[in-house]
Amino acid sequence: MNLLEISDLAVSVGNQPILRGIDLNVCAGEVHAIMGPNGSGKSTLANVIAGREDYQIDRGRIALEGQEITTLSPEERAHRGLFLAFQYPIEIPGVSNMEFLKAAVDSHARAAGDPEITAVDFMQMARSAAEQLGLNPEFLKRGVNEGFSGGEKKRNEILQMLILKPKVSILDETDSGLDIDALRIVANGISAFTNTINAVVLVTHYQRLLDHIEPDFVHVIANGSIVRSGDHSLALELEEKGYSWLEND
Amino acid sequence: MAGTDNNSLDGLVGRDYAAGFVTDIEADTLPPGLDEDVVRFISARKDEPEWLTQWRLDAYHGWLEMIEPSWGQVQFPAIDYQSISYYSAPSGDQPKTLDDVDPEILATYEKLGIPLHEQAALAGVAETQQRPPVAVDAVFDSVSIGTTFKETLREAGVIFCSFTEAVHDYPDLVRKYLGSVVPRGDNFFAALNSAVFSDGSFVYVPENTRCPMELSTYFRINERNTGQFERTLIIAERGAYVSYLEGCTAPMRDENQLHAAVVELIALDDAEIKYSTVQNWYPGDEDGRGGIYNFVTKRGACRGDRSKISWTQVETGSAITWKYPSVVLRGDDSVGEFYSVALTNNHQQADTGTKMVHLGKNTRSTIISKGISAGQSSNAYRGLVRMNPGAEKARNYTQCDSLLIGEKCAAHTFPYIESRRPDGIVEHEATTSRVSDDQLFLCRQRGIDPEKAVSMIVNGFCKDVFRELPMEFAVEAGKLLEVSLEGAVG
Ligand SMILES: Nc1ncnc2c1ncn2[C@@H]1O[C@H](COP(=O)(O)OP(=O)(O)OP(=O)(O)O)[C@@H](O)[C@H]1O
Ligand SMILES: [Mg+2]
Repeated sequence: MNLLEISDLAVSVGNQPILRGIDLNVCAGEVHAIMGPNGSGKSTLANVIAGREDYQIDRGRIALEGQEITTLSPEERAHRGLFLAFQYPIEIPGVSNMEFLKAAVDSHARAAGDPEITAVDFMQMARSAAEQLGLNPEFLKRGVNEGFSGGEKKRNEILQMLILKPKVSILDETDSGLDIDALRIVANGISAFTNTINAVVLVTHYQRLLDHIEPDFVHVIANGSIVRSGDHSLALELEEKGYSWLEND
Repeated sequence: MAGTDNNSLDGLVGRDYAAGFVTDIEADTLPPGLDEDVVRFISARKDEPEWLTQWRLDAYHGWLEMIEPSWGQVQFPAIDYQSISYYSAPSGDQPKTLDDVDPEILATYEKLGIPLHEQAALAGVAETQQRPPVAVDAVFDSVSIGTTFKETLREAGVIFCSFTEAVHDYPDLVRKYLGSVVPRGDNFFAALNSAVFSDGSFVYVPENTRCPMELSTYFRINERNTGQFERTLIIAERGAYVSYLEGCTAPMRDENQLHAAVVELIALDDAEIKYSTVQNWYPGDEDGRGGIYNFVTKRGACRGDRSKISWTQVETGSAITWKYPSVVLRGDDSVGEFYSVALTNNHQQADTGTKMVHLGKNTRSTIISKGISAGQSSNAYRGLVRMNPGAEKARNYTQCDSLLIGEKCAAHTFPYIESRRPDGIVEHEATTSRVSDDQLFLCRQRGIDPEKAVSMIVNGFCKDVFRELPMEFAVEAGKLLEVSLEGAVG
């Protein structure tokens, strides 16, 4: 089934077009990789899917599990199972990771009409997720991304994903800034998380993440359009040749 | 914009002021106006000794010569002091015990969540296990209507009663300390208070005594067109410790009401006073109509060596707040602290801060101020750190942070440093930040609605101050911020 379905999505900021008609279908159980040069519109696409309001949607639609979400608020999209790991995670000083995560989990439970998770169960869940990502549980007490290293911030994004268990996760350059060991740990975390009923979209510049998580599809965005789609071999080809050969097409 | 949802930080809608109801009771209220007769009436009504009547009259005559301070970062139309009523009390005899109090009034406090029955408070303890009982003095308009846990406190030697009772029962203590920290002529509003103050709380903690429970006074303005002028006097003898909390609310009314209180704290050798305020006077509506003018003078004197006074305040209410809880550090090695959260929304204005006056050797002061402005409000921190020639090796640390929500509000910082000590250390740090769209989007992407997100971000910003509040009030303060911020987003 199509979990995420984007059709003819065109987006601009001010009068500047950034996305020029994107089509993308992501089915349950799939891993997609989105690659492309700096400034080609990858993060814009990710943000617009998540409901960021600074963009003008010129045309097209976004659907999650067959239902249009183009006009929903970011929190409603989140409640329906959409997750975005940010390219540049922001700090929220003084708000502990724990408190933040609990608020997020509670909001999901409320939206689903489920009872609130108890503090004890929550702690256990958060601890084990932290451990899985090689993070000291002390980390949960610190302010959200406050003083975190670049790599810690990225791991923290994945921690949130593991806890919220979204249906569709868009991970925007989660691999950049990770050292070699951290990359393996995070990649393993993501791999272990993927299953037959969810899907992951990896935005990345590097083939090395894809060594750990085999993508079913690779898409290349250039200048706001998907210029090529293929399987894993496309990523290998890009690694070798760069993007210029595509632009010449 | 993506779709129909538009939660910009600038959007403003009404806020919910839960304490805004009026209690329907008979009251004896003086007609508006202020002259010598009014001062004499208040004094006579309280059956005061001649010296106090005279003290009030001197204050009144001094006040006539003074003009309102105009240096604050606040704006308001001239106050007509002749249109205010200076005394209002529930009709009938002054209640002797809480059982005699008008049930309507008791219901008011119940509605506000203030436990006035010791029985109830004790039952509460059993239920929640670790929530300790709190002794309460409830001040309704101009008079104290009752103080709880008096007996328990008396056994420990602690005096906690209304100011009126203290004048009768402990005249020597009152006479010795009244006006000794904030002199009658200290400033315009202190002089006015000294002339017409009606009631308030009195605390005396004897030598080497740790007050066995939190003390608190709960101020409630109910009558229309009245001002509230209460006085609090707290004395901690050598080696004594007391923690005191003040709370305040008022009904929602279209006209402004004046609250001009005076608080004096005295800490002798090795004594410690912790004074916390959760100020939630009616702030006015979203268009800036109505609300309390909160013009308050609070000062503590660390008279003894190694004494300590801390002020912690959470200021969310009032149309205008003008207050600078201060500490005069006279004793050697004495410590002054000021922890403040001041939140303004809609058209509220706050000009608040502190004064730390270092006189003794090795005196230390810490100032942590967190100002939050939302809506079209204005929020100013004004702080003075003075080190006099005798303040050998005095130290101050000031941290002053402002958080802005939206584009139409303003934050100002006015630090004044007057150091006459080359060896004095004064550190000042200041930051201004904004609740950013990125922070908000992160929260919302994780499913957290914008109002909850803003209140969480603001609470995080205030953490260093909330830590200083007594546990049970820290939770309350957090909730209060949430309510006060309602409409700041959306
Ligand atoms: N809010 C905005 N205002 C103005 N321009 C924007 C905005 N967001 C994105 N852009 C512009 O749109 C283009 C695409 O940006 P985007 O961040 O989506 O690129 P990207 O593919 O993620 O690049 P990178 O690989 O560097 O992360 C860039 O030229 C960027 O400057
Ligand atoms: Mg990007």
